[in-house]
Amino acid sequence: MSPPSSSESAQAPPLVEARGVCVRFGRLNVLDNVDIVVRAGEIMTLVGLNGAGKSTLLRVILGIVKPDSGEVRRAPGLRIGYSPQHLHRDQILPMTVRRFLTLGAPARPEKLATVLDEVGADSILDFPLSEISGGELQRVLLARALLREPGLLVLDEPLAGVDVTSQSELYNLIGSIRDRYGCAVILVSHDLHLVMAATDTVVCLNRHICCSGRPQVVLRHPEFISLFGPHLSETLAVYQHMHDHRHDALGEPMAADSGVARDPQAGRRP
Amino acid sequence: MIEDFFLRALAGGIGAAFAAGPVGCFVVWRNLAYFGTALAHAVLLGVALGFLLDIAPILAVFAICLLLALCLLLLERQRYISVDALLGVLAHAVFAGGLVVVAFMERLRIDLIGYLFGDILSVGAVDLWLIFGTAVIVTGALAWQWRNLLSVTVNRDLAAVEGVPVERVRLLLLFLLAAVIAVGMKIVGMLLVVALVIVPAAAARRMATTPEQMAVASTAIGIASVVAGLFAALQWDIPAGPAIVLVASAIFALSLILPVRSGGGRAD
Repeated sequence: MSPPSSSESAQAPPLVEARGVCVRFGRLNVLDNVDIVVRAGEIMTLVGLNGAGKSTLLRVILGIVKPDSGEVRRAPGLRIGYSPQHLHRDQILPMTVRRFLTLGAPARPEKLATVLDEVGADSILDFPLSEISGGELQRVLLARALLREPGLLVLDEPLAGVDVTSQSELYNLIGSIRDRYGCAVILVSHDLHLVMAATDTVVCLNRHICCSGRPQVVLRHPEFISLFGPHLSETLAVYQHMHDHRHDALGEPMAADSGVARDPQAGRRP
Repeated sequence: MIEDFFLRALAGGIGAAFAAGPVGCFVVWRNLAYFGTALAHAVLLGVALGFLLDIAPILAVFAICLLLALCLLLLERQRYISVDALLGVLAHAVFAGGLVVVAFMERLRIDLIGYLFGDILSVGAVDLWLIFGTAVIVTGALAWQWRNLLSVTVNRDLAAVEGVPVERVRLLLLFLLAAVIAVGMKIVGMLLVVALVIVPAAAARRMATTPEQMAVASTAIGIASVVAGLFAALQWDIPAGPAIVLVASAIFALSLILPVRSGGGRAD
């Protein structure tokens, strides 16, 4: 089952295509016959309860976990930027944010400054990695992923440890990054309100794919309702109704289906 | 008047500290201390097998440590028992095995105390070659794979996505740790060899603002501990291995007075 997306992104080339992926840890089926297609310029969000296999599916897409059966195809030359769910930080390792960012690949100072400015973390470049806050760490992880100039951004719970007021800001940031870089984004999130407001495709996972598609479609899907409960589904539907528009850089509302955000080339910087 | 054996001891100790310094940093960064202890428990079995097969004890110890490291790496993948418990089981099994094999060797009495607590004053010319060869190989390999090692230390998955051959890099670090334990056991013995690896590294933390500075400081502290410990042993007629570890521990205690230097920091 390939996630039905908007007609625009359906035409975009697939960056990652997984078919019939099964992953077993011992006797436990963590992923059971999962199909997923991530297309250029698309923001896809994985939702599901704890233990639903969200992180495992990300790790399959990244190539860290080899599926027991099924196949995963990545577009040739695809560069992936990854922000892990946990980053163990310890005082015993003396390392500044700057050093952490350049650990993956050396970066020119100007490029470093641009990317950090973009994620709003430019003031902490010379702070020790072990001392920055959870929200700052998420921005730094995002910056490290962006420094790779990725075709696909994979973010495992990018809102974890971020205070509520900064969460929507960070979500908007992810959207604007997609628009500017033209990259696809696949992320795991627990905040369904934000997910429903700012994503193209929602994939509801419970070891198998329960349902997937545009947020409005998934919300009304019986499997989603049985998983998250009718109340939450209704609340989100109302929320979705009230927020069927986006905000531009100045905070002015703009139509969600203006097409600007869905065209991977449209917002790309020259 | 300094005797030859004392000069050889000094040289051997400095060589071992050279190899142990930067490897020790990775051991404290990655919480591998218990892993190192488990490897050190294989020393006796290695020495006994070395005698049986008639090869240099350091080489035999290195081989057996490496074998144990590989076993641990493979067994780590099962989910039945935690890695800590597994290390405990394997460490004591190989130690007991070593004691039994030693007891079987009636013809040859191994100086158990020498291997438990080190025998730095008996370092010979062959030992020196092996120690310095190891030091050169270890520091060379670390320099070669430094960025990859650091990357895997910070986050394994992130490193993998960025194209670092994670499993090979982890294997390399275990290989280097096994080599350091094999030469370190000659200097301070199997019971204290992990101290030679981790204490200088821990003491170096507050003197460093970058990983590289910490590796250099760790090496310097290790060398200073060897020199001071050996002279203390000569002066007061105390065992050399424990004296070296005591000096390193004293430097660690003193380092706690220093503020944590972290390179920049918050204004508030």
